[in-house]
Amino acid sequence: MSLRDWFASKRDKSTKLDVAAMNTRLTDEEICKLWTQCFNCQENLPTKELEKSLMVCPQCGYHFRIGAHKRIMQLCDDFMELDADLLPADPLEFTDTEPYVKRQKDARKKTGLNEAVVCGIGQIGQEQLALAVMDFTYLGGSMGSVVGEKITRLIEKALEHKLPVVIFSSSGGARMQEGTFSLMQMVKTGAALARLHEAGLLYISVLTEPTFGGVTASFGTLGDITIAEEGARIGFAGRRVIEQTIRQKLPADFQTATYLLNYGQVDMVLPRGEVSGTLASLIRLHRLSSGVKPVELALAGTSVQDAV
Amino acid sequence: MSDKILPLDFEKPIMAMEEKIEELMRLSQESKIDFTEEIDKLRIQAEEVKGKLYQRLTPAQKLQIARHPQRPNLLETVKAMSPNTWVELRGDRAGTDDRAIIGGIIELASGPVMVIGTQKGRGMKENLTHNFGMANPEGYRKALRLFQHAEKFKMPVLTVVDTPGAYPGIAGEQHGIGQAIALNIREMARLRVPIISVVTGEGASGGALGIGVANRIYMLEHALYTVISPEGCASILWRSAEYASRAAEALKITAQDLLRFGIADGIIDEPQGGAHHDPLFAAQRIMETVERGFSELKGLSADQLLDDRYAKFRKIGAFQEAKAAALSS
Repeated sequence: MSLRDWFASKRDKSTKLDVAAMNTRLTDEEICKLWTQCFNCQENLPTKELEKSLMVCPQCGYHFRIGAHKRIMQLCDDFMELDADLLPADPLEFTDTEPYVKRQKDARKKTGLNEAVVCGIGQIGQEQLALAVMDFTYLGGSMGSVVGEKITRLIEKALEHKLPVVIFSSSGGARMQEGTFSLMQMVKTGAALARLHEAGLLYISVLTEPTFGGVTASFGTLGDITIAEEGARIGFAGRRVIEQTIRQKLPADFQTATYLLNYGQVDMVLPRGEVSGTLASLIRLHRLSSGVKPVELALAGTSVQDAV
Repeated sequence: MSDKILPLDFEKPIMAMEEKIEELMRLSQESKIDFTEEIDKLRIQAEEVKGKLYQRLTPAQKLQIARHPQRPNLLETVKAMSPNTWVELRGDRAGTDDRAIIGGIIELASGPVMVIGTQKGRGMKENLTHNFGMANPEGYRKALRLFQHAEKFKMPVLTVVDTPGAYPGIAGEQHGIGQAIALNIREMARLRVPIISVVTGEGASGGALGIGVANRIYMLEHALYTVISPEGCASILWRSAEYASRAAEALKITAQDLLRFGIADGIIDEPQGGAHHDPLFAAQRIMETVERGFSELKGLSADQLLDDRYAKFRKIGAFQEAKAAALSS
C-alpha cells in the first residue's frame, strides 16, 4: 500500500469519527473544517491553505498541534506501520472519576488511534529510519505499557536493521492509570536506547508541543541530537507544580523551545517546514561518517493493509 | 533510640492503651496495690490490637509510615550497616554538591560497595540541607559520576531510594532535570557491575528511577513505589488533593503490590509499626537482603549482568496484542 492510500484509509476513518467527537475536546485541526482561526493571531485561515503550510499559520508562524498521522504524512515519502495492533490493558483495574477502560474506549473513538504512539519504518528521501510519532490527542500522549512496548520494539527493530531512530515526542508524561507499569516504561525504553547507543546507531529526538514528565525524563532527552519544534513547551515538572512549589510566577517564556535552547538543553529549534529536510541530512551525515550500512526493509506491499 | 516515637493518627488507640498500662504500673508502685493481672490483660489486649492494625494497613497508612519523620534515612542506615567503614564522596565536578543525593563507599562482609541514595534529613535544619530528599540535576550527575567510579573499580552498587520525587524548580528545568534522570537510566542500564536498589521509603516517580535501575529491586515492607505522588494524582484525576487516600489505593503502590506485579524482587520485613521502631533491626535486615542479592549476582559475567537487567525491565508492561481489524469499531 502506498503512503497515500494508507493515509486515505486513515482519513476516511477520522472524518467519520469527527461528528461524534464534536462535543468533546478537539485537536487543533479538528476545530473547523473549512476555516480555521489561528489561536495566536486570531486570523481566519482557509483550512486547505493551512494544511499546505503544514498547519503553521502563514500570518504569524503559530504551530498548530498535529496528530501522528498528519505528522507522518508531512514527514515521510513512504511508511510501513509496525505493531499497530497493540492495545492497552488495565493492570490496576483503575477507576478515578471514570474507569480507565472507558477512557481508553473514548480516546479510541475520538482519535481513531489504538494508542498514543504510531511506530513504523519510514522513508525520507534516500534515508530509511525507524520512526515513532506520539499523538497528544490520545489521553494526552501519556506513556503507558503500550507506548513503552511499541517504542522498545521499534528500537529493537532498528538494532536488527542498523537503522537510525527518530522519535517525535508529544506527551503529558507517564500514564497515571497504569501506575508503576507506566513508570517502568521509562527504564524499558531507556535500556533499549542504551543498546542502540552501544551499537553506535543514531537517535534523534524531536520534541514537539508539549513534552513533559516521564517522556522528558526518558527517551525524550536521550537523543544524540535533540531538536525542538518551534513553539513547543518542554519540561519535566509542569508549570503549575513549579509555581506552587516555589510560590512565585514563572516568566512567560519558561519551558519554551527557545528558552531550552538558551539553556543548552536542545541542539536546535526548527520551524515545522524544516524538520523533515534536517532529519534527512543529519541521518545522511552520520551514516556517511559512521560507515553503518542499514539493512533496509522493503516498504511497498507490506502488511499495512492488515493493520488498518 | 533516644527520641520518643511520634505516633501517627491511626496509632493513637494503641498509644492510649500503652499510656494506660504505664499509668497502672505507676499507680501500683505508688499505692503498693497489685495491678499485675490488669496490666497483663491490657498488655495482651494491646498486642492484639497492634497485630491486627499493622497486618491490615491501608496504602494511605503505609504512606504515612513511609513518610514518618523518624524513619531511618540513608546515612543512618549505612552507618548502622557498617559503623566504621563509610567514606562519603561528594560533588558533581561541575560546580555543585547536591546534598539531596549522598554517595560513598562502605565495606560489607562481601567486600566494598558503592552506596548512592537520596537523603532525607532529621528535623527542619537537616531537611533544608538535603532538600527533603528532592534532588536537582546536579545530584543525578553526582550519582552518575559515582556509578562510573564503581564500574571502574568493579565495585557493586547499592542504591537507596527514599524521595518524594525530583525537585520541581526553575534551575532544575534550566539545567535539564529530565535529561539528567534519563541519562542515569540509560547509563545504569549499561553499567558493568551488579546493581541492587532498595526502596526504603517513598519511591516516587522519575526522581526515584534516576537512581533506580537495577538487577534486583527490594522494598521495605511499608515502602512504596509510585508513578506520581497520590496527592498529585488526586489533584489531576479527581481535581482535589483530598482524594489522596483514594488515589493511594487505586495506584497500587505498596511493596506487596509491586512484588505481585513482578517489579519488586523481594520485600524486607520491618519491625512492628515500621523501621523507626527499631532502626538497627531494619538496617540489619536490609544488609542481609543486599548481601544475599549480591551473592546471587556474583556468578554472572558483566554481559550476563546487563542481559539480566535488560530482561528485568523488558518484560514489565501490560497490554493486549490482537488483530486491529477485528477490534476496530
